[in-house]
Amino acid sequence: MHERKTMRAGDQPWVKWSLIAMAFAVTMLMLVIPLVIIFKQAFAAGGANYWANLTDTYTMHAIGLTLLVAALTVPINLVFGVMLAWLVTRFDFPGRKVLITLIDIPFAVSPVVAGLLYLLLYGSNGWLGSWLMDQDVQLMFSWPGIVMVTVFVTCPFVARELIPLMQQQGREEEEAGVVLGATGWQLFRRITLPNIQWALLYGVVLTNARAVGEFGAVSVVSGNIRGETNTLSLHVELLYQDYNVVGAFASASLLAGIALITIVVKSFVEWRQARQRAPLDDQSDNR
Amino acid sequence: MSISIEGITKHFGSFQALKDVSLDIPDGQLVGLLGPSGSGKTTLLRIIAGLETADGGRILFHGEDVTGLHVRERKVGFVFQHYALFRHMTVAQNVAFGLEVMPAKERPPAAEIRKRVDMLLEMVQLGQLADRFPAQLSGGQKQRIALARALSMKPQILLLDEPFGALDAKVRKDLRRWLRALHSEFHFTSVFVTHDQEEALELSDQVAVMSAGRIEQVDRPQQLYAEPSSQFVFDFLGHVNVFAGQQNGTLLNQDDAWVRLPVGAAERVGQTAQLYMRPHELTLQSAPAAHAHLPLCIESISLVGAEVRLELSARGWATAEHWEVGITHTQFNSWQPARGDHCFAVPRVAHVFQAEGQAPETIRWQSGELDDPAAMI
Repeated sequence: MHERKTMRAGDQPWVKWSLIAMAFAVTMLMLVIPLVIIFKQAFAAGGANYWANLTDTYTMHAIGLTLLVAALTVPINLVFGVMLAWLVTRFDFPGRKVLITLIDIPFAVSPVVAGLLYLLLYGSNGWLGSWLMDQDVQLMFSWPGIVMVTVFVTCPFVARELIPLMQQQGREEEEAGVVLGATGWQLFRRITLPNIQWALLYGVVLTNARAVGEFGAVSVVSGNIRGETNTLSLHVELLYQDYNVVGAFASASLLAGIALITIVVKSFVEWRQARQRAPLDDQSDNR
Repeated sequence: MSISIEGITKHFGSFQALKDVSLDIPDGQLVGLLGPSGSGKTTLLRIIAGLETADGGRILFHGEDVTGLHVRERKVGFVFQHYALFRHMTVAQNVAFGLEVMPAKERPPAAEIRKRVDMLLEMVQLGQLADRFPAQLSGGQKQRIALARALSMKPQILLLDEPFGALDAKVRKDLRRWLRALHSEFHFTSVFVTHDQEEALELSDQVAVMSAGRIEQVDRPQQLYAEPSSQFVFDFLGHVNVFAGQQNGTLLNQDDAWVRLPVGAAERVGQTAQLYMRPHELTLQSAPAAHAHLPLCIESISLVGAEVRLELSARGWATAEHWEVGITHTQFNSWQPARGDHCFAVPRVAHVFQAEGQAPETIRWQSGELDDPAAMI
């Protein structure tokens, strides 16, 4: 005997399977095949050639510069993001809502536009730039400029992760801590930080991925000087324009590798966060 | 340690949460702040703790001004409404927190801390849960851990914000009894906030009833129920039956209903007055009495409990709320009233309010003025 079940849209097998097939096809075409091709092209001329391409002086310099940019950007935005999230979730002040909205500007503005703005402001003919020029400080077309625009583009990641979580967790635990005599630093170290650690790590992973891969804003302010202001993303483009396809793909494979590692770390952090949130949800019921 | 609250005011934006509140809490007392939500009771508690700063006024502990003192320095115990246990720490770590964060010079050695924590957990009878996380505890257990944590620093003042608000009735009763016992054992001064009148009356030495940012009345529970000083306290504590009428000499009249005030009551002409009567200050009769003609109609009958509770609507006059009168089960059995039956209320004691914000005048009818026993139910 078959029991009659109420049918919903999508209950029919053919709907379900054709949707699954379509999703798979699109994923293959748009994500997996291009990724495979990167590695295929990178190794097209053999492993020795791949290695030679990577150890090329200019490529090595580009790798070094990219790591430097990430190494400076991540700590800056980590501190900035935590401070901002703490500020807007723990204090009431006029302009708080405006500040939360302003955090999103780097997401809303095209990175190229961001780069141009920095160029106009800090470039040698720019408003602040001409004064800096007189002080013999050059920001644009050198690595500090690249770090500046990268910080700008990636600054929302940490704060956006923390604000909703800290809003949900509320101030009560910190209040309980301060009543018991904890100092500001003890509160942050022993109560706030353990509660936000996984969201914070998630924000850091995203910041790092974006800092390494940023192209648009960096290309405007870098000036593409080989061996000086060329990051890995810019280097890929440069090699490609030189008809060095294998070299371009060898560098691109490094970026793709970082992306894959990021995805693995991100999945792990998400899993940990889900585990941390599960007991947190039980806490709201009162037996 | 005694607490003195002197002329505290507090605004949140344009909303005035507290209006010149003063209250003296003697050493060792358990005082309840009772009021509807939005009356400012939690704000007052938080100001005593130092979690909120007042716009004006002073807070004194044992005669010493602590208004400018940081929360950290006030050394009070505070129990939060939603427990606020540290979710990433075990029960033992939660209780130990206050001791752990002490400056290195004053902090007891680790073994000593462990002993103190064990002792506190024994006191709240949860020693076996030391290694659990808060998420693995029931509401009642969380509340007891929150109390143990608040007491870990041996505070002389314990403040509790709606301590049992989120718990079910049975657990609530247990915890109440237990807090009372704890209080008499450790002899700290405590202030707790509640919106539950039963809790406030049962637990407190004194109750401060708050409304709209003001303290309406401070009294011992018995006094508060028997002699409320304002209409608000009357309405807020227990049920009250109200008869509003036009006073003419000793006669208070509204449409078909009237009450003749006893000899000696203040006489007025052409003014409105309100008669407040507790359910136990009334009896019901099948015929009107000589001094009161209050026709009622039975709306519902509730048999559960020590007495039978009747809900009554006015017949030929108007009330804002239904009247409530309790009769004994014996009376109920001999009378056998049904829904829709008619009867008359006979007040023995009443409280007259002449105008808004004035203290009531309590009046009693002498037995001679009461009706013949034949009409009694």
